Amino acid sequence: MRNAQMRVFRGDATGGDFKEYTVPVEDGMVVLDAIHYIQREIDPDLAVRWNCKAAKCGSCSAEVNGRPSLMCKSRMESFAEGEIIFVEPLRTFPLMRDLVTDVSWNYEQNKRIKPFTPKEDAKWVMYQEDVERVQEFRKCIECFLCQDVCHVLRDHDRKDAFIGPRFMVRVASLEMHPLDQGDRMKFLHDEGGVGFCNITKCCSEVCPEDIHITDNAIIPLKERIVDDYYDPIAKFFKTIFSKN
Amino acid sequence: MSNYEIREHDVLVIGAGGAGLRAAIEASAQGLKVGLVCKSLLGKAHTVMAEGGIAAAMATVDARDGWQTHFRDTMIGGKYLNNWRMAQLHAQEAPECVNELERWGAVFDRTHDGKILQRAFGGHTYKRLCHVGDRTGLELIRTLQDKGVHSGIDVYMECTISRLLKDGDKIAGAFGYFREDGRYILFKAKAIILATGGVGRAFSVTSNSWEYTADGHALAYEAGADLIDMEFVQFHPTGMVWPPGVRGILVTEAVRGEGGKLRNSDGERFMFKYLPEATKADYAADETEAERWLEDTLAGKLRTDYRRPPELSTRDNVARAIYTEVKAGRGSPHGGVFLDISYQPADRVRKKLPSMYHQFKDLADVDITKGPMEVGPTMHYIMGGIKVDADTAESKVPGLFAAGECSGGMHGANRLGGNSLSDLIVFGRRAGRGAADYAARQSGLPKISDAEVKAAIDELEAPFKRASGPNPYKLQLKMHEIAGSSFGIFREEADMQKGLADLEKLKEEIKQVGCSGGKNYNPGWHLCRDLSNMLIAVEAIGRSAQSRKESRGAHSRLDFPETDDNLGHENTAVSHAGGGQMKLVKTPLSEMPAELKDLLKKKETAHA
Repeated sequence: MRNAQMRVFRGDATGGDFKEYTVPVEDGMVVLDAIHYIQREIDPDLAVRWNCKAAKCGSCSAEVNGRPSLMCKSRMESFAEGEIIFVEPLRTFPLMRDLVTDVSWNYEQNKRIKPFTPKEDAKWVMYQEDVERVQEFRKCIECFLCQDVCHVLRDHDRKDAFIGPRFMVRVASLEMHPLDQGDRMKFLHDEGGVGFCNITKCCSEVCPEDIHITDNAIIPLKERIVDDYYDPIAKFFKTIFSKN
Repeated sequence: MSNYEIREHDVLVIGAGGAGLRAAIEASAQGLKVGLVCKSLLGKAHTVMAEGGIAAAMATVDARDGWQTHFRDTMIGGKYLNNWRMAQLHAQEAPECVNELERWGAVFDRTHDGKILQRAFGGHTYKRLCHVGDRTGLELIRTLQDKGVHSGIDVYMECTISRLLKDGDKIAGAFGYFREDGRYILFKAKAIILATGGVGRAFSVTSNSWEYTADGHALAYEAGADLIDMEFVQFHPTGMVWPPGVRGILVTEAVRGEGGKLRNSDGERFMFKYLPEATKADYAADETEAERWLEDTLAGKLRTDYRRPPELSTRDNVARAIYTEVKAGRGSPHGGVFLDISYQPADRVRKKLPSMYHQFKDLADVDITKGPMEVGPTMHYIMGGIKVDADTAESKVPGLFAAGECSGGMHGANRLGGNSLSDLIVFGRRAGRGAADYAARQSGLPKISDAEVKAAIDELEAPFKRASGPNPYKLQLKMHEIAGSSFGIFREEADMQKGLADLEKLKEEIKQVGCSGGKNYNPGWHLCRDLSNMLIAVEAIGRSAQSRKESRGAHSRLDFPETDDNLGHENTAVSHAGGGQMKLVKTPLSEMPAELKDLLKKKETAHA
């Protein structure tokens, strides 16, 4: 059995540093197992958030060697022998302690989005081909890795202006539901900050559920906004026929 | 005494998985002030891991299905120990609860004619599981979460309840703390609903998540409620067995529902050998008939005249079969058996079982479209739990309600796959309404004494005063050892006696457990509290298992291998006798009405 050299961030909002740990590696072990080893054998108070350890709940998000990842899916075997494994908390959100960040801002964004609003006379007949694109969005496990890597939120800290890729996906899942009739375009334009995204696709790259966040959710929403707000012909007619 | 905040609610729901969320939405819809306590972040509860589907007799795929057949399947699966009234309500109300989810935004897989698609599952006569690929639990919890956040419910995330408080006999509130900074909180409430899930973290090989530490079982027990049927622990037949780091992670029953075949190292489809006489006629007689069933299923036929493959026997039976094959030396290289779906077109497998495909590829370097999986039993679910009234979900303690896995009675001696998600929404809704009705009848908030609050704080702080006491993680490993070796898939008297004796020693060590560091997000401190909860659950499992001198459903005794009809009329109930003593009594099942008895007698030709 080989040993892995790890550097795990320890600290809180007042400051902190990486602490060195040596962890024995067994077959199939993931970074989250290594963290649990440290808790059990070395530092019982090492703070980590996790639930399922099966890549289904999206709780154990962290940055592993700089890459936003689920610790339960990051296999120790993927690192070269002797490579030092750095584990640190998501940088985009305020630190609580060690590997745990305060992600409550995300929950606030969800509340701002108009919920599912079905047609009153809906017959509830939907065909598989019509729901498939929505089902892709509904795979989201809310790990917030896309939020973590988004430049608007991470580098520019514009949480005041942009709801982030996760909630673009949420809006898309509602807007493209065959029986939904709620309109969220004004919200996206005025408050959601859809224009902030400059399509670098970093969010899609880190998504553990392989949701095509940019191509399938954000770009179609941007196109709808363009149709609603910036189509010159539509604007002309709107001006002519506007009651005001 | 340390400071604490105080929050007041008409109804407080502890636990925010499917049952807790559904209960909170229901109580809130009755116009009451509702609080919802999540041990983790909202939307992360164990429900998120449910894969295969929600059982409900919607009859969208097979028009022959109806609540009567679902009721019958549930009772047969539970070996007739179920609370018949719960099984009846569950079968009757599951379809409307599924429709309700769709109206709240859930997007199930569809039939060709645009209805909710249903798949085959173990023990269900007809194709009955509404599903979304193999991530049905995520769909359920996200739908309820999104509904819940617009329902005016106060949500307390990463908050752990350590004690229920009473005013005389009645529930009066709950005490707990926030993980973020360790600050204390006192909830005053007229009614409390427990929806805390199961006990799996007391076992080492389990499909259960971090949260499953018997919190609701222990809180209710300490508050004076009865725990029934605790000997019935479900070992899911198919968990991952290799590599070691992923041992126990669930492989959904949907693999078998979609045609997955179980084979031993001789290549034999061994499940044909393990069908119990009582239900043998419901399954294919040989491989040829099983193949015909499969061809019809793959062709998307709505009904088939062939009987289902033996892999779709009930979980208790398949788990025992796999265990027996491995013990007999016919296992796979890593101590499991082979589960194969790779004979089907790769696209179909990826579409029907997307998360299984990724789980094996990412965690075990196995491509399930190219070769078989290795699987073996993993602790998955506890049938036993808080004894409740079927209609209202109220426990023996006035004002204390329970729903979902932490409640008992619905599933009897063995739960059918898919009956858990439906249990959550049917009895979540009933508990919400039951608690709301109860709260509305109360004149004001009950009183909570300062002494009780002080005792709750002292109990939480004690581990810090014993910094040199035993490490809680090491004690959890000891508990795993006891639970696995004495109260596992097969049991016998001597093992159980030893297990119970070892538990007494562990109990003393847990009293001395210590932790270091501060109160801010300290998992070691948290585990100190979890240990006491799990200890109560394991002791209840052990004492109940020792008292049932027969094999029935998920409870298999090597020294009493037969089912004893005389023991099929009573549940085991444990309660707190004071002074740390557990009291065990046998309670008779209530008499089933004649019309339900007739349903059980009726024999259907079971094709699904």
